[in-house]
Order: sequence, then C-alpha cells, then structure tokens
Amino acid sequence: MKRIYLDYAATTPTHLDVVATMLPYFSEAYGNPSAIHAYGQEARGAMEEARTRVARLIGAQDEEIVFTGSGTEADNFALKGTAYASENKGNHIITTPIEHHAVLETCHFLEKRGFKVTYLPVDEHGLVNPEDVRRAITAKTILVSVMHANNEIGTIEPIAEIGKITREAGVYFHTDAVQTAGHLPINVAELGVDLLSMSAHKIYGPKGVGALYLRKGTKLTTFMHGGAQERGRRASTENVPNIVGFGRAAEIAQKELSEEAERLTFLRDKLINGLPWQIDHTRLNGHPRQRLPNNVNISISFAEGESMCLSLDLEGICASTGSACSSGSLEASHVLLGIGVPHEEAHASLRFSLGKWTAEEEIDRVLEVLPHIVARLRAMSPLLKNP
Amino acid sequence: MNKIVVAMSGGVDSSVTAALLKEAGYQVIGVTMQIWPSNKLPDENRFGGCCGIDAAADARKVAYQLGIPHYVMDFRDIFARKVIADFCQEYRRGRTPNPCIRCNQHIKFNALRDKARGLGTDFIATGHYARIEKDKATGTYLLKKGVDRDKDQSYFLYPVTQEQLSHTLFPLGDFTKKKVREIARDMTLPVATKSESQEICFIPDSDYPGFLKAFVPQAARPGLILDEAGNTLGRHQGILSYTTGQRRRLGISAREPLYVIAIEPAENAIVVGPREKVFGSEFTAANLNWLAILRLTKPTAVKARIRYQHQEAEAIVSPLDEYSVYVKFTEPQMAITPGQAVVFYDGDTVLGGGTIDPVRKEVM
Repeated sequence: MKRIYLDYAATTPTHLDVVATMLPYFSEAYGNPSAIHAYGQEARGAMEEARTRVARLIGAQDEEIVFTGSGTEADNFALKGTAYASENKGNHIITTPIEHHAVLETCHFLEKRGFKVTYLPVDEHGLVNPEDVRRAITAKTILVSVMHANNEIGTIEPIAEIGKITREAGVYFHTDAVQTAGHLPINVAELGVDLLSMSAHKIYGPKGVGALYLRKGTKLTTFMHGGAQERGRRASTENVPNIVGFGRAAEIAQKELSEEAERLTFLRDKLINGLPWQIDHTRLNGHPRQRLPNNVNISISFAEGESMCLSLDLEGICASTGSACSSGSLEASHVLLGIGVPHEEAHASLRFSLGKWTAEEEIDRVLEVLPHIVARLRAMSPLLKNP
Repeated sequence: MNKIVVAMSGGVDSSVTAALLKEAGYQVIGVTMQIWPSNKLPDENRFGGCCGIDAAADARKVAYQLGIPHYVMDFRDIFARKVIADFCQEYRRGRTPNPCIRCNQHIKFNALRDKARGLGTDFIATGHYARIEKDKATGTYLLKKGVDRDKDQSYFLYPVTQEQLSHTLFPLGDFTKKKVREIARDMTLPVATKSESQEICFIPDSDYPGFLKAFVPQAARPGLILDEAGNTLGRHQGILSYTTGQRRRLGISAREPLYVIAIEPAENAIVVGPREKVFGSEFTAANLNWLAILRLTKPTAVKARIRYQHQEAEAIVSPLDEYSVYVKFTEPQMAITPGQAVVFYDGDTVLGGGTIDPVRKEVM
C-alpha cells in the first residue's frame, strides 16, 4: 500500500541533499572540532558554516546560536538556564497552558523548586492577549515564554507584540519556535525575543540536533558541565554531522520558505474546506487564519480520535490524534482542553500536518477515505442518536 | 484477505497467535490493551503488569518482527468500571473474585471487539488455550477445552456469547504450550523464552494485600477470628488476606490444623474450622451463561470445576429459577469459594457456567 505521510509536525523526512551534506562528516572529516589539527579544523569549519546558516534563518549573529541535542533540550536550557541565572532578581515565570510539554514540564519542575509560574489565559483559538502579559509581569518576573506557533493547533501567537512589552519591562522573553523556524519568516530583532528554540528534524534536517538562540548579553546558567564547547555554554563533543545537516536544512528552508508556505496554505485550505462540507459535527481547532501553513486540526464529534487515526493508518494515511495510547500520550490533549474544547471533542481530534512532499492527490485521498471511516465509527457511537 | 485484531499482551502465547494468523494469510492487526494507568513516570507509578508499558514494548517488538501494525489502545476507563470495581466490590462482600473472567467478558470479547469494528473488522483472536467448534447439525458454536490439558483455559471463557464465539479465533487451542514455545523459538520471536505470567495483571508486584488495602480499605481492618460456635480464637489483619480453604496466616495454635471456612464481611470476621469443614458438596450459582445448551431444564449430570486449578468433579446441576442453579457434587470438594466461577463440562465441551454463591438456606 502506498503510504501518505501527513504528520510533518511530528517529524520530517531528512532531505536527501541534507543527507549528502552530512555523510562526509561521519568517516572522512570525522575530527573533533576542538582539536587543533587538520581534521579538527575541517570539522570546526563545517560546524561554524552551519552555525552561520542557522543564524541567518532567524536573523541572528553566529555567536548567538548554541547547538543542542534537540528542541526539547533548547527549551529546557532556556527555562532552567534563565531561571537559575536570575534567582537574585526574582522567581516568577510567565507562560501559557498550551505550550509544548518541553516547556510545561520544565515549568512544573521549576515550580517544585520554588519558582512561581503564571499560566496566561488563551482564547478559543489559542491566542494569547499581549495585554495579559503586561498585566502578569511583576517586579519578580524573570522570564516570559510563549511559543511562536502551537504544534497541535497551528495558531501563531503575537510574539512581536509580546516582545515589545517584555523589552519595556526588562524581562527575558523566550519563544519555542520549533514549529516555525524554517517555515515562517523569523527575525529575532523584530520579534523582540531574547531566547528562541529550534529543531532540525522539523525542517527536513536530522533528528537529534536543535539550537537555542541566545541574544547577546542574555545571562544563562549552563547545565551541561565539562569541556568548553559552544563557548562554555554546552559541554559535549559536538554532533558534527547533525549540525552540518541542520545548517544545510536551514539553508534550503530559507530559500524555499515563501514558495513552500504558499503551496502548503493552498493544500491546507483545500483539506479544511473539503472536510466540513462532507462531515457534519466537525470543528476546526485553532485560529482560522492566523495559523501555520501546514496545520489542519479538526474534531469530528461522535468518532473517537484514536480509532479514526488507526483506521487511517490501516488505509496508509499517517496522521496524528490528540489522544492515543499509541502516540504515547493517553490523556486528552492539554492544548485542546486549554482552548476550551469539550472533553469528548478533544478525544475526537485529528491533526494533519503537511509538508514538502505532500501532493494534492494525497489530500484528495484523505477527503475520500475519511468520511467512510467516520461513518463506520459513528454507526457504533452510543452518543449519536440522530445522525 | 481477512482482517483480524489479535490481542497482544507481549507474552509468548499471544505473540505466537499473531504469528500463526499472519502465516495463515490473515491481515493481522496487533492491539495491546492499556488497562491500567502506566503513563506516569516510573517513580509515581508502580502499576503496570501484563498490559503495562513493558508489555506494550514486547508486543511492539513482536509486531515489528512480523511486519504487522501494532497499536496500544486505551481501555482504562472500562477496565476500571467493569473489572476493578467488581473485583473490589466482591472483596468488600467477603468473596474471592476472578477478575480474568470479568476481563474476558467485558473487555476482550466486548470492548476490544468494538475497537476492532472501529478498525473495520469484526473478528478478534486471542492466545487462549481453548477451541471453538461449530456443531454442524444445530449451528451452535461450542467452546471446548484446549488440547493441552495442563494449559486449558476454557474455564476463563465461559461468559462469552454465541455471537462472540462466532467472531473469535483461538489458534492455540490445538497446540500444547511446549509446541507454542517451539514455534516461538523457530520463528525467533523475541519473547520465546519469556516466563509465564501468573499474577493478576493489574496488581503491581503481585502485592495483593497492598492493592486491596488501597482500594478496599474497609477489608483491611483488623477483626476477629472465630470458630463455628462463635468463640474468639484470635485476630486477623483484614479479611482481604483470606480466602476459603486457606490455612496460612491464621496465627492460631490449635491441636489440629485450622482452615478458613467462611468469611463474614458484616462482622468483619473470619470463621475457621478443621479440615473436614472446608469440604462441601453443594452450592448455588448465579450470573449464568449457557453455551452448549439454551437453558437448563432438568437436573443434569456434569463435570463441574469450581476454580481454575480444581480437578473437575462429578456433580448434578439443577435449575432453581431463571437466574440460578443448585449444584451437588457426588463427592465433597475442598473450598467451594463464593465469588469464584463454576464451569460445567460435558466431556471437552463447556456447557456453561456461573458465579458461586453460598448455599441458600431454603435448599439446604
């Protein structure tokens, strides 16, 4: 069976150009970038070139980029690092209830250690009101962390507006841009952020490498101790092939960004507009316009998300759902519950995330298959009396 | 190609079940049932058992090797409502339940079947050692013992319905456990040498008293150990630690060995007596399910099994009313335990079964 991949928000295939760029750094140019000899120098050179490419993607300076092992590590580093570096100033962090677990769980960890966290309200589309940020800031506030775009519902947050407020208040501002860096144009100066997390495998780069943008002068306590790699900010021999791959992926993403966004927006809207017409009791989760070009998140009432997702899988269509044992998360999505989606509808959610190799026929195929699956599941639903 | 859902626990039996069906040309979908919270961090969660995360990981390995899709599906709500609630309620009543039977009845052959329908198939298979045969003359589906008499699990399956039997496969019913292990080895399934799970799957570390203490605190209160005349012989640490016929953990010195002969939840008391008092010949059973016959119309000679490890014995089962039967053994049997299942056999065939109640006064 031909598979249709519509889970690009989970991860993307590594671009073959990226793979080709990485290959020499396994067994030919395998030097340790800290070594002074020729092998070391070529590895260091390639790594710094990659740093430039990643920095350029978000309008940063090279030295403001710290490579990490993942987007999650970048989030952990941003939050724990600023929290512990700012302990003298205060202990208050502001974030949202719909952040990625990498941010939320780190906040919970910090809460257990005496930090206070404010979870801002979000509206029914998942949008944060920048004025709420202003109101939440106190003399004790050390960090605001609001994601650039939500990984589940695709809503794009008003980061630049929040950035103005945090600048005025003199509070650090972090954004998790794992879903946006390489997909939306980003300029850190325009966004007004001090810290920004990225990940390579969401932009056709390899898994296992991410980066944290750290605006010059941002004080951060390191939590990887050892050698002086990454200017002493993250000890560990650098993962040179992955970093080089990240750089190449960033370069390609930047080049193709606007054209790709336009293409994906068309396919996204085709999918969104095609679904509700065929299936009633369907809602689009997330903002109708201010959303990622590749994200479709719907709730189809009276059809279990888990069963829909698995049935799609058996038809070769790979999507994701807000709640499924298989995806490792058993509870209804905290994001959907966080934007006020009722429990039953949160359990009946499906996310399609599109990408570089998504073809229009694949969207047509989803529109053809899904209504049959929904009809089958609804026929079994004890909740649906009069369909 | 026929699509079928195989309940995969990560053990040898269900793994071989999936493998055999795959070999026979079925489009096999492996499903591991998540029945108990185990998505928490390890330190916050001691619960897991046969259907926990480790089980899912083993099942996933097997499915990967077989090249079949594998899903972990969420049955926690219904398992808590139908199996654990019943388990706790029975202990509160001083009875000794069999949760595996409830799980088969409500979860595997019902909720899992629904999930299978959701995936577009009406058929499920499990790794039970039992056989299903269709009586050509009557069209009745017969539940029969597995060929391996030591492993036969028909006892656990008596509550299934005709309709469920007609949509179920037990591919291991014709094999011995030894043969199943051989098949697993020959196929180099990663679970070929895994040991047998004997524990109740939702009780972590087989800590029965710990589990019941947490979930049925009223059954963990200390109380009195009495003899049949009502004399106090000692104290117990909660009725949850006792079942009929039990000799251990009484802590009473007496001239002859003493056994639990009754549990009185209303008095929070354990009644003990000499060995002969543990034997009984008669009881009633309710919650009946008949498989090979439509209903019981007259006293019938059967072989009756009153717990999984019991050597079935000759008995006469007679209808009492619409909902219950009276059972009289030819020879007295050890520890007829309220809450356990009684299953009636005619040779290899399961006639039906029910839940054991104490003998009612009016029929004594």
